[in-house]
Amino acid sequence: MPKASVTFQDIGVTVTVPAGTRLIEVSEKVGAGITYGCREGECCTCLTKIVSGHEHLAAPSVLEDQVLKDNLAPRRHRLACQAQILGGNIVVKPA
Amino acid sequence: MPAAASPEGAVPVAPGVHWIGAFDPDLRNFDIILRTANGTSYNAYAVRGSEGVAVIDTVKLNFSETFFRRLESIADYDEITTIVLNHLEPDHSGALPELLRRAPGATLLVSPQARLMLKGLFDPGEFEGRIAFVGTGDSADLGDRQLEFFNTPYLHWPDTQCTWLAAEGVLFSADFLGCHYCDTRLFNDAVGDFRFSFEYYYAHIMRPFRAHVRTALDLIEPLPIRIIAPGHGPILRQDPRDYVARYRSLSAPSLHGAGTKTLLVFYISAYGATRRMAEAVAAGAESASSAAGEVRVSLYDLEGGHAQPFVDLIEEADALVFGSPTINGDAVKPVWDLLSSLTMVDVKGKLAAAFGSYGWSGEAVPMIEDRLRRLKLRVPLPGVKARLTPTADDFSACHDLGRQIALHLLGRATPRTIDMANLV
Repeated sequence: MPKASVTFQDIGVTVTVPAGTRLIEVSEKVGAGITYGCREGECCTCLTKIVSGHEHLAAPSVLEDQVLKDNLAPRRHRLACQAQILGGNIVVKPA
Repeated sequence: MPAAASPEGAVPVAPGVHWIGAFDPDLRNFDIILRTANGTSYNAYAVRGSEGVAVIDTVKLNFSETFFRRLESIADYDEITTIVLNHLEPDHSGALPELLRRAPGATLLVSPQARLMLKGLFDPGEFEGRIAFVGTGDSADLGDRQLEFFNTPYLHWPDTQCTWLAAEGVLFSADFLGCHYCDTRLFNDAVGDFRFSFEYYYAHIMRPFRAHVRTALDLIEPLPIRIIAPGHGPILRQDPRDYVARYRSLSAPSLHGAGTKTLLVFYISAYGATRRMAEAVAAGAESASSAAGEVRVSLYDLEGGHAQPFVDLIEEADALVFGSPTINGDAVKPVWDLLSSLTMVDVKGKLAAAFGSYGWSGEAVPMIEDRLRRLKLRVPLPGVKARLTPTADDFSACHDLGRQIALHLLGRATPRTIDMANLV
């Protein structure tokens, strides 16, 4: 299975993950500072800054796009509960 | 509550501005978490301009009749062009759907963050084309006067905003600067002593969001405020800036010492094993400082204290480490008492870890870690468990746990790489 790496900048940990993993699945286990509310892409609690590797995440859904817009999210920010890792190296930190 | 009769009609607040809310003197508990010895009020307001009337906030559903009676005493429904909901919690939005039906020419103005909450309150399709989203810099025109909006999220919901009527210097602040204190004399220079209610309300509603309080104050303090019209409690027309200043004081960090990081170790111990582990964690944290004072480490025995003062310490701390033995497959009650009190303060993003001794299963450490993660702390390192009497290796692991947490605080932790398959 294709692998990817995600670095959680706030705790200095890089995790090797299978492609297709969502950020939420790994950030919680590793104890990063990304926090969650509804876990369904609605509340925007898990807003995450994509420091680099934004192109290695699946494009946001219509719902995620709308929630990001409603919450005035800056560019290169995603919902960790929605963002799916496709491959490559990605660096993230809590928004 | 004093004997003064409740006013039947709308109450003038400023030229063209009326209070049209409702009193709830018998309420003794609000949202489960707040005691309300004096009941509360659900404050709503009407602002008349040359080109229309704006209604700002409504009331709890079962007070709708009173609200509409007061509104009808000063305006016709076809005059209402604007409805502003500064906050959508049910105690402010209970009469909203009916108001939208009665005032078909009105547009509802809410913050962008309110979009999803509206769906939870009613079917927005019923009012399609009549809802607009406003933020800082936006305004609503009432002809000879305008309402301006300030996006002030998390005071205390994501949707909260403030509305400013510059023409009269009135700030409609929703729950911000409000309190649960029912007194029909309504204005702060006429009601009883409500200082306790004001402080209590801040402590339970606003304190967990104090960083957002400070951001909102940055927006509000420059305004030439003459009257603060909150969503609950007295209208603040005498010395309103004193209340703004009090919020500034309450929301300011109280622990000074620029550059020093603080790490607190809380423990409780049945036979002394967890206590000695705590001492090793603290010693390890101390060892991370390359210069005196880089990390200020404190050690507290939960058995000797109450939760509330510890919560005050935790609010200002950068890292928290909790030690508990496992008894009957759980962390012990004093630990849970403290951990269940942390929703009163902002702990999001603080570093945290857990440790403890156990007899045969050791569930306390992962249970504490799970709670810490759910409270939105960062838990970057696995906790340390020791069976019965800790060995030299156990103490070494505790020392290393304290040291690594402190190094994280100082930004000097060694980067690690982990395979997801190895994460529990």
